[in-house]
Amino acid sequence: MAKILIDTEICKSCGLCVNVCPLKLLRLSETRNSKGGRSAEQTDAGKCTGCALCAAMCPDSAIQVYKEA
Amino acid sequence: MKAVYERNPLLMGSNKFCPGCGHPLLNKIIADVLAENNWAGDAITALCIGCALNMTPYVDWDLVQCPHGRAAAVATGIKHVQKSKLVFTYQGDGDAAGIGLTETFHAASRGEPFTQIMVNNQIYGMTGGQSSCTTLIGQKTTTSGPSGRDPAHTGYPTKLAEVIAMVDAAGYVARVSIHTPKHIRQAKKAIEKAFRLQMEENKYTFVEVLAMCPTNFHVEPWDAPAYTEEKVLPVFPLGEFKTPEGR
Repeated sequence: MAKILIDTEICKSCGLCVNVCPLKLLRLSETRNSKGGRSAEQTDAGKCTGCALCAAMCPDSAIQVYKEA
Repeated sequence: MKAVYERNPLLMGSNKFCPGCGHPLLNKIIADVLAENNWAGDAITALCIGCALNMTPYVDWDLVQCPHGRAAAVATGIKHVQKSKLVFTYQGDGDAAGIGLTETFHAASRGEPFTQIMVNNQIYGMTGGQSSCTTLIGQKTTTSGPSGRDPAHTGYPTKLAEVIAMVDAAGYVARVSIHTPKHIRQAKKAIEKAFRLQMEENKYTFVEVLAMCPTNFHVEPWDAPAYTEEKVLPVFPLGEFKTPEGR
């Protein structure tokens, strides 16, 4: 079981994480953050394996990944 | 829960780069290398003019802002008086290969023991997307005209890593890209190797990083990795062009 935390205020909606997620669990949200951007969001949290490719690819370090030890 | 990937404390809050820009990604890679090797306290960056200077309020190690193109000359001075520090330049392609080619080339010729990191995004980003010396053939910029760069008029892209690799005193020369997680890992390894050779063997090291600039490539940020794969990599091949014997 893995969990990702997305800082919606730092996210700039570049969508690079959406591209790299091997299970396609990420998308750009319909709701907007305070800067007017559509931040990334996770769709099916239970399926996340915690591979951290999204976090590695995020240019703005908006994603942090945690895993059950 | 165990942390798999946490935000590097050397990066401070938000940054001013465009969405999908290669600069903050490279800042993160450098921050990771510095943190993992405990070099952050010893690092001094000679920073160029260009988009790269948005890094000033974003990263938490020592930076010096240099005149345009002269980062290699400033880094030479810093390294001569602070021999134990990790000194590296952080320059764009217009800075290291265009305006500051003299400084870059002669620092390499003298074998000055610092690292040069050149962020090659094939464009002058900060001033609004003018052609630089590394602009691809056919790439449309604000100064190339509607048909893109024409070699009959403005020549061919400058491949600086290959040029520096021919210099005798250069210790390590590599070109890396950061458009996929795999390439990010390779880039991190190359930068770490360059820093290590500088610190342990006093070598001049040069790493060229192919960065994405979706704003001036005129593509969506999420399409920029495909653009890099398709158009940039055939022109700028990746790899280590010069390594110390046997490594």
